[in-house]
Amino acid sequence: MSAVVAEHDHDHHDHGPAGGIKRWIVTTNHKDIGTLYLVFALAMFFVGGAMAMVIRAELFEPGMQFVQPQFFNSMTTMHALVMVFGAVMPAFVGLANWMIPMMIGAPDMALPRLNNMSFWMLVAGISLLASTLVMEGGAPASGWTLYPPLVLQTGKALPFAIFSVHLLGISSIMGAINIIATVFNMRAPAMTLMKMPLFVWTWLITAFLLIAIMPVFAGAVTMLLTDKFFETSFFDAAGGGDPVLYQHIFWFFGHPEVYVMILPTFGVASTIIPVFARKPLFGYSSMVYATASIAFLSFIVWAHHMFLVGMPMAGELYFMYATMLIAIPTGVKVFNWTATMWKGSLTFETPMLFSIAFVVLFTMGGFTGLMMAIAPADFQYHDTYFIVAHFHYTLVPASIFILMAAGYFWLPKWTGHMYNEKIGKLHFWLSAVSVNILFFPQHFLGLAGMPRRIPDYAVQFADWNMISSIGGFIFGASQLLFLYIVVDTIKGGTGEKVTDEVWEDASKHGLEWTLPSPPPYHTFTTPPTAIPTEHF
Amino acid sequence: MSTHNSYYIPNKATWPIVGTVGLFCLLAGFANYLNGSAIGVTWMILGLGVFVIMLAGWFTLQAIESESGMYNTQVGISYRMGMMWFIFSEIMFFAVFFGTLWYTRNLSVPWLGGEGTNAATREFLWPTFDAIWPTNGPAHLGGKIVDGKSTGEFETMHAWGIPFLNTLILLTSGVTCTWAHHGLLAKNRDQLIKGLIATVVLGFLFVSFQAFEYHEAYTEMGLTLGSGIYGSTFFMLTGFHGLHVCIGAIILSVVLFRSWKGHFQPENHFAFEAAAWYWHFVDVVWLGLFIFVYIM
Repeated sequence: MSAVVAEHDHDHHDHGPAGGIKRWIVTTNHKDIGTLYLVFALAMFFVGGAMAMVIRAELFEPGMQFVQPQFFNSMTTMHALVMVFGAVMPAFVGLANWMIPMMIGAPDMALPRLNNMSFWMLVAGISLLASTLVMEGGAPASGWTLYPPLVLQTGKALPFAIFSVHLLGISSIMGAINIIATVFNMRAPAMTLMKMPLFVWTWLITAFLLIAIMPVFAGAVTMLLTDKFFETSFFDAAGGGDPVLYQHIFWFFGHPEVYVMILPTFGVASTIIPVFARKPLFGYSSMVYATASIAFLSFIVWAHHMFLVGMPMAGELYFMYATMLIAIPTGVKVFNWTATMWKGSLTFETPMLFSIAFVVLFTMGGFTGLMMAIAPADFQYHDTYFIVAHFHYTLVPASIFILMAAGYFWLPKWTGHMYNEKIGKLHFWLSAVSVNILFFPQHFLGLAGMPRRIPDYAVQFADWNMISSIGGFIFGASQLLFLYIVVDTIKGGTGEKVTDEVWEDASKHGLEWTLPSPPPYHTFTTPPTAIPTEHF
Repeated sequence: MSTHNSYYIPNKATWPIVGTVGLFCLLAGFANYLNGSAIGVTWMILGLGVFVIMLAGWFTLQAIESESGMYNTQVGISYRMGMMWFIFSEIMFFAVFFGTLWYTRNLSVPWLGGEGTNAATREFLWPTFDAIWPTNGPAHLGGKIVDGKSTGEFETMHAWGIPFLNTLILLTSGVTCTWAHHGLLAKNRDQLIKGLIATVVLGFLFVSFQAFEYHEAYTEMGLTLGSGIYGSTFFMLTGFHGLHVCIGAIILSVVLFRSWKGHFQPENHFAFEAAAWYWHFVDVVWLGLFIFVYIM
């Protein structure tokens, strides 16, 4: 017994990380695990991006160009799954790992061993998913929603895809439990709930969403598995089941899932904008309540993804009105970001540029969402390129832009080096222009009736598709600049020594800016006594 | 260096990667097995072995650390929150299958039978189908096998036989579990161990009865996973519940072993609490099953 304590004491004196590759495999340090998540997410961003390039290349002109239709559909499916589960979600978990303990004055995450496991479960899950690309019958080609009966025609890939969902679910649930325990149990005494930075708040609420929905998705794909291999008839009308049931279960997961990707986005935006407006966040408490409202509403609107599936009229009406309600708390948020900038001493460093572009372009994505919430109008838009344009506006110039902003915002803190502002601005302007060339024409294509998830199309769609593809290639290539900047900054960046607060007066906005840049391996081993109160 | 006052943060963790590799091999092997590959089962056994070793190693480590006083109250709160929200995720998992049962019984099966605006669908697709629960669907899937051919007829499990007995068993085990807890709090080691033995025995007794019930269903009643939506929901709900009873009983066995070794104090026994919470959760799920699957 005493031997263990002695060993623990020995460990405790050892403040630095272990050396070599082993450090990363067995680490329990929130900063190490945050880095692992972020690097993994960046790698998957380029893998998923390469798949998007295949899609845009095939759609450059009408007719079949480069790939087989089956492979094209595998690409749309895998692009979505890799981007959602491999890039965006892990990137935000990485930010949570790095920032939440530093923002609330905690020594580490509450459950460090579990933290390590949730990262490796993610790697295992994505590996299973990626392995399907080389299997007989190809990777899943049913769309990321995996609707039966179509998905049951998948070849050898089906059980691998299903088990990858299970592993990713385990990973997410572990990560979410850790965040909840950390936020509720590890805050510095002075850090009351309503003093927490918005990023911590949005992640807390997101964690509840994850715990509630990942088991639901796991249950849905488990029924796909038994329908395919164990003779059950959950989604087979011949046995008394119903394929539409899968859609209900999937979207009960799926709608909160898309908010899992957007709520932390809101959190980061609410953290960055006040710093560069040199003002407290406008309407702090209304931001908290709006986030909670959006999270609650996300559970009661799922069937707006199914207006054309054949629902009773009462269902169509209920889901239409409930969906429209989401515009209210979201509007509160957009208003608050704008009001934060109102009469502020604005400067336009790269993180701020990305954040402002987020506010404008996310609002556009929100408005097209409102258009499709109107059930009779959705009969026209459903499963066309209009929906593709809509959700890409809420994901690319929103989630991805804010992830870029977060990278520029916190890289100097993490590394102690300043990134190259000129290349950063170039990255921003190329991305902001090309993302609109890429996705804006897709609204027109959708309204004109071009269906999604097809490798070929009628000639009247040719012009806008070509423009969209050109935008896509520019956008894809521009992201290599970000990769360059990340590597360059880690290696030393501009050589300029950054201060502890990095950005002017940032230490008024958050505890993380009171720490050295880069922060030592262990921070806040004793909780801070005073906390910044700028956001009041 | 005080270990009591500071929040314990381990310097490294080797078990998580072991567990991940184990689970990865288990699932990749299972997928290969389902695809008809001969090597699948070998990988499954290997993966399961590694996973079980991980569980044993990790929990042993936790028990040693706990007993040597490395966890302060704050660490205990983190563990309790972890267990609480883990159980919540399990509740959501079961909610999917309860929701499926509700949806098929109240919405989709009546629709198949022509309810609402679906009269024409029934007329043209399944004119002979009557939407009466229990059902194995318009195609009368599965059912008893006579002369090597399935008849499409099956019987349902009678609620007031073995299922009712199992209800009494699980409710009793909840009482014995609480009785053991009272023993722990009162430092009555005898009561603690007897209570836990009774709980574990009742848990495995439940599983045995259910195994017997499944055997009857498959051999005598024509009730299988393949007997349409009734068989699907019946076995999915009761099967996952039975699996959870097994897991809970194994957890309680470990707690029993630790109690026998002299672990746990009235003010520090998180493992016991977590096991008890889990057991009560499994108990409540059964009550839901007994009402919605067997009685109604």
